[in-house]
Amino acid sequence: MSQIDEQLRTELQRQGVWVTSMQELYNWGRKNSIWPLQFGLACCAIEMIATAASRYDIARFGGEVFRPSPRQADLMIVAGTVTKKMAPQIVRLYNQMADPKYVIAMGACAISGGPFKQGYNVLKGIDRYIPVDVFIPGCPPRPEALLHAFMELQRKIDEQKLTGSDKADFLKPEQPSEFPVPRFGKHDLEPSANRDVFQPPVIER
Amino acid sequence: MEHRGIARLRSGDVLLVMESLEQIKSRIEAAVPGAKIEIVQNGSPSQQHSLLIDNEHAVAIARFLRVDPTLCLDFCSNVTGVDWLDRLVKKAMKVKKLVEGQEKEIVETTEEKIPGYLEAVYHLYSMIHKHGPVIIRMRTSDRADHTRLPSLTSIWRSAEFQEREIFDLYGIRFEGHPDLRRILMWDEFEDYPMRKDYREPDDYEWEPTPHDEVLEKAKQHHAPRPELDGAEQISTTQ
Repeated sequence: MSQIDEQLRTELQRQGVWVTSMQELYNWGRKNSIWPLQFGLACCAIEMIATAASRYDIARFGGEVFRPSPRQADLMIVAGTVTKKMAPQIVRLYNQMADPKYVIAMGACAISGGPFKQGYNVLKGIDRYIPVDVFIPGCPPRPEALLHAFMELQRKIDEQKLTGSDKADFLKPEQPSEFPVPRFGKHDLEPSANRDVFQPPVIER
Repeated sequence: MEHRGIARLRSGDVLLVMESLEQIKSRIEAAVPGAKIEIVQNGSPSQQHSLLIDNEHAVAIARFLRVDPTLCLDFCSNVTGVDWLDRLVKKAMKVKKLVEGQEKEIVETTEEKIPGYLEAVYHLYSMIHKHGPVIIRMRTSDRADHTRLPSLTSIWRSAEFQEREIFDLYGIRFEGHPDLRRILMWDEFEDYPMRKDYREPDDYEWEPTPHDEVLEKAKQHHAPRPELDGAEQISTTQ
């Protein structure tokens, strides 16, 4: 597959012969029709709405079809503060999405809790429970930043392999596509993070 | 002491100036027999003094405030809670004492411990007379076991969710409330997060740039480094 020499390919293209591979064609189709799940959590959602509207127009990148059902969505844009009361529902929605599925953590709150980090009721980052593909900092990030993240995700999808040992995670049968939903505890969510997903690097002091 | 009167703002606009709190207090005491009311002074620039009402007559007092034609406080705009911890109040007293055979005036300071309590504060306005706020407070007898107050939802329907919120965050149980459940936190939650002695759960294990309070909390997750931490306490002279 895709073992064709780049130079040969451009030469062939000049002669009117278009050569592609299954993987390229498949990824080209996938990356240009990413359907986000339609939900917003806080002020970042307003920027997400602006991104979808005519001025910034996420439709240029094939992401305009916001689906109100997780079954039809490819991308979850976690746009806003994830409260601890909301976190189990976010994980549940993620579990209900069909593979391949991607997550963008939009804004400071979805990344780390942001300005509400010290609050008793705010989750310190959605990456504690589900794997995140692209993080966008900002409070809130401008629509351009969300478009940048979207294009970054497209690049990531384009590079995914369909075969071989380094193939994409969603094609590996041993890779989980569902993650345990945290329970409401007496003092906090239980567990406070999914250690299989949340493995922060050791901080050098 | 201000008197009830009529102030003209613009031609045609008539504003009824509200009675003073002292007048309201004496009228409540006349209308609700046995009611114990205290005026709580507010020394801040806002000068928003309030009425501390007793829990037994609270509903009757609230009903009076609402239906009385000159007050007609028909709009409860805000209900909130306050947590007061145990506190020591120092009082300076001048006492005459015999010191070295002579009688002298000595200032003695005595400390009085005021036990903590929880408080519910209601801000009331009148839509008809366009005046307010009249602020009323109720206090529980302590912070631990006796945290019950009468609900005023039957008088002002808008207090329903706000009393639920106070129950959720401060733990005041409103008796007579139609639907007293937690409103913001989940039902399984057991703490009252707005109380001053609340300790939040510790999930500060991943702090790339900690500072101040977060640094103190993150430190509990740091691996011990005896060769570096505490090095400043090692003295060179043996």
